[in-house]
Amino acid sequence: MSSDPSRLSLFWAEYRENKIAVLALAVVVAMILLAVFAALISPQDPYDLAKLSLRDSRRPPGFVGTGGYTHLLGTDPQGRDLLSAILYGLRISIQIGLAAGFVSLTIGTTLGILAAYVGGRVETLIMRLVDLQLSFPAILLALVIVAMLGQGKAQLIGALVAAQYAYFARTAYGAAKAERGKDYIEAALATPLSARLVLWRHMLPNCTPPLIVVATVQIANSISLEATLSFLGLGLPVTEPSLGMLISNGFAYMMSGRYWISVYPGIALIILIVAINIVGDQIRDQFNPRLRK
Amino acid sequence: MLGFIIQRFIQAVGVMAVMSVIVFFGVYAIGNPIDIVIPPDATQEIREEAIRRLGLDRPLYEQYFTFVSNLMQGDLGRSFVYNMPVLELIGGRLPATLELVMISVISATVLGISLGIFAGYYPDSWVSKTIMAVSVLGFSVPSFWVGLILILFFAVHLGWLPAGGRGETVMIWGVAWSFPTLNGLSHIALPAINLALFKLAMMIRLARAGTREIMLTDTIKFARAAGLSEATILRRHLLKLISIPIITVFGLELGSTLAFAVVTETIFSWPGVGKLIIDSISVLDRPVMVAYLILVAFLFVTINFVIDLIFALIDPRVRQGASA
Amino acid sequence: MTGPVLSVQNLRTHFFTRAGVVKAVDDVSFDLARGEIMGLVGESGSGKTVTGFSLLGLVDPPGRIVEGSVKLNGTELIGLSHAALRSRRGREISMIFQDPLATLNPLLTIGQQMQMAINAHERLSQRAANARSAALLTKVGIPSAEARLRAYPHEFSGGMRQRVAIAIALLHRPAVLVADEPTTALDVSIQAQILLQMRELAAETGTAMIWISHDLAVVSSLATKLAVMYAGKIVEQGPTATLLRDPRHPYTAGLIASLPAMAKPGTPLTQIRGTMPSLLSLPAGCPFAPRCDRHTKACLASPQMTMAGGRGWRCFHPVGHSAGATP
Repeated sequence: MSSDPSRLSLFWAEYRENKIAVLALAVVVAMILLAVFAALISPQDPYDLAKLSLRDSRRPPGFVGTGGYTHLLGTDPQGRDLLSAILYGLRISIQIGLAAGFVSLTIGTTLGILAAYVGGRVETLIMRLVDLQLSFPAILLALVIVAMLGQGKAQLIGALVAAQYAYFARTAYGAAKAERGKDYIEAALATPLSARLVLWRHMLPNCTPPLIVVATVQIANSISLEATLSFLGLGLPVTEPSLGMLISNGFAYMMSGRYWISVYPGIALIILIVAINIVGDQIRDQFNPRLRK
Repeated sequence: MLGFIIQRFIQAVGVMAVMSVIVFFGVYAIGNPIDIVIPPDATQEIREEAIRRLGLDRPLYEQYFTFVSNLMQGDLGRSFVYNMPVLELIGGRLPATLELVMISVISATVLGISLGIFAGYYPDSWVSKTIMAVSVLGFSVPSFWVGLILILFFAVHLGWLPAGGRGETVMIWGVAWSFPTLNGLSHIALPAINLALFKLAMMIRLARAGTREIMLTDTIKFARAAGLSEATILRRHLLKLISIPIITVFGLELGSTLAFAVVTETIFSWPGVGKLIIDSISVLDRPVMVAYLILVAFLFVTINFVIDLIFALIDPRVRQGASA
Repeated sequence: MTGPVLSVQNLRTHFFTRAGVVKAVDDVSFDLARGEIMGLVGESGSGKTVTGFSLLGLVDPPGRIVEGSVKLNGTELIGLSHAALRSRRGREISMIFQDPLATLNPLLTIGQQMQMAINAHERLSQRAANARSAALLTKVGIPSAEARLRAYPHEFSGGMRQRVAIAIALLHRPAVLVADEPTTALDVSIQAQILLQMRELAAETGTAMIWISHDLAVVSSLATKLAVMYAGKIVEQGPTATLLRDPRHPYTAGLIASLPAMAKPGTPLTQIRGTMPSLLSLPAGCPFAPRCDRHTKACLASPQMTMAGGRGWRCFHPVGHSAGATP
């Protein structure tokens, strides 16, 4: 049921009608490819300290550096080629976004479906916690966790997950609760099939559409949140510069007119986030029965 | 109505209590409690002395009571970095954050609702479509990036507005505020715009969705059938009905705005509580961190309580605890 | 006696959707005399609600009235300016809807909502407005009217709420009241009360009523004349008693036969087979033909309304006594 070929092709046919959404999807795919093949494409390995020369630092776009190649987007304060740094930074941003999104999805969905299925006090307890969490701004939560646990990749993902699992939990809960009441679930539960099987094969597939929508939004949010934290200096360590950190590195130089150090990574970040959001918007509109005329 | 208020108040107190327990355990049980009071570079002797003096070798529940009673008396410890009572420290920076947040929130809400209602009332006009397209940007783009662009454009490129810091202040009720002065306003402008953008986008979308939905209901049709003018319908039906979802989101977003002030204050070097907390996290000034958490929890609980009260004022069904 | 208080001629209201043109109301004509109660009967999708909206000029885009005339008290409504139309709504013609919970604003008191309706057309002091509102509430059967003015909609029961809506609709003593399924959402026992109330009110105030419903049984106890709608057209109209006793159009006959009251105990309930076609793809000719037992090739042409002796039907093969015999 969840991999019904004709449903997917129908979905895609409708999706294709919105040219902007298709463009956005293409952009997202392109960025993912860029990130995956960053090591092969980028002119310079930004982590290889040996290749860096301070004489190249803070050079404007188009400058030909000591390495012999043209720095298409200029260099940063350490003399790194900005284009390469952006590609690697893109990879990190996408990695973190996907990781945080995936873990939040798993945890949140499990909790939500569990609450809907078990009911009673467990349900109230879980959903109270989720509600409390939802009213707490993500960035504050992330700050608190980073403050308590220190910095690092795992802590960052943990902070992002803690801030976002609640959205998945609430969505899964809502969808599962609607399904729970339906007769076919009652019927399935009456059979010798294990409850877990029923949940997996029946309830889960029906919760998938809204979860997909939430997932796209949350991945974009994770990327945005991670960038913000890195910008504040509370994200990843300096050895793995994400786009946020690149932007913050260049912040001080903006006043003196060397805007490219912050602006280009920023543009890359914006394009990524906006593209994901547009795709998410389109998916959401297509799944929403009320908007169908 | 009174019963409702009392009930909500008790809930608020309850949540505060729970929060205090969470913060307490987060700090005292997980972290090393002694780090709250002693700077990380103290010698072993001083540490042991402090542990004994502060009763940190006492059972946990006893420590909790000490913690809470200190809180009640307003003793939130002393900052390592600034070497002054945290309460004083936060208190000094709070007005800056408050005026920034208030100006942002009020302008975002007023402007957002107006634009949103317009967009919902005339959904097919090109003005509305433009408003909606721009609101998507307000949503997706990380606020620190917007702040950067604002500085780049208005401060560096055009030179119209200052790039950071707070302006001249004026003393009102013994507290220093900067918005009454022109210089102060010029300093508030960019950070306020930065902070307001997300909320603005959200309000526009919400008001538009609400307007579209409400205008299609039977209530509006019936009012039209009775011959009410569109102006009356807008004023007395739409605005009232739309206030419920808007106030809900407003409350949630207020907290979120307070949180995002952290980012804006950092970018614009705004001397508020937000910047304080970022700095404190970097240098591990734990008393400040703890105090900030308690403060935030308190603000949240208060905001929720006030929102509940406002609901009761607007919606008679909530007041009377009735169902249809 | 002056002419009809409402005269509708060849009304057509079409919806211009992306999927095509929906002819929701397609050539509807009827007259309404002062104080007369007419039942407009049909299944969902027959166009009866849109007819009601068209009379008040409340058709939302993408729909619009494309043709026809609606004369209220002698004045042509179609083509009037917004302001002119608005001044008549609520004052000369008003409408009530199916679900009173959705019709009344839950955040305003009854008194406030009635005052707003009054102020739409007259400037009255608060006291005078409240007095009139209370008087009307009493007339529709709500006790302690003055105190109830300060109450909110959710404090009333369903039947009471609908009475409030009726009161609001009658504040300015309109010549015509259009009621769109007003009792469908109510208990059967309350239904009967409201029906009685409406009949008394019509007699007392002289307000003509159009009662829109899918329930033939409910309508026939109240209305003096009926109009049966199908796929946007009136297929039969005439005095209620005559129509029920001696229907001409097969659809009307089918509706009457499928009433539970008409069923013989022990036998299955009669039903009209099939369903109404989508208004986007109507068959050529008579829209009822696919479901009709009497259809022939002649029915591929569109039947016109045959008028005789105060009644009319749109059929090439009418039921019962052949046309010409006056009932």
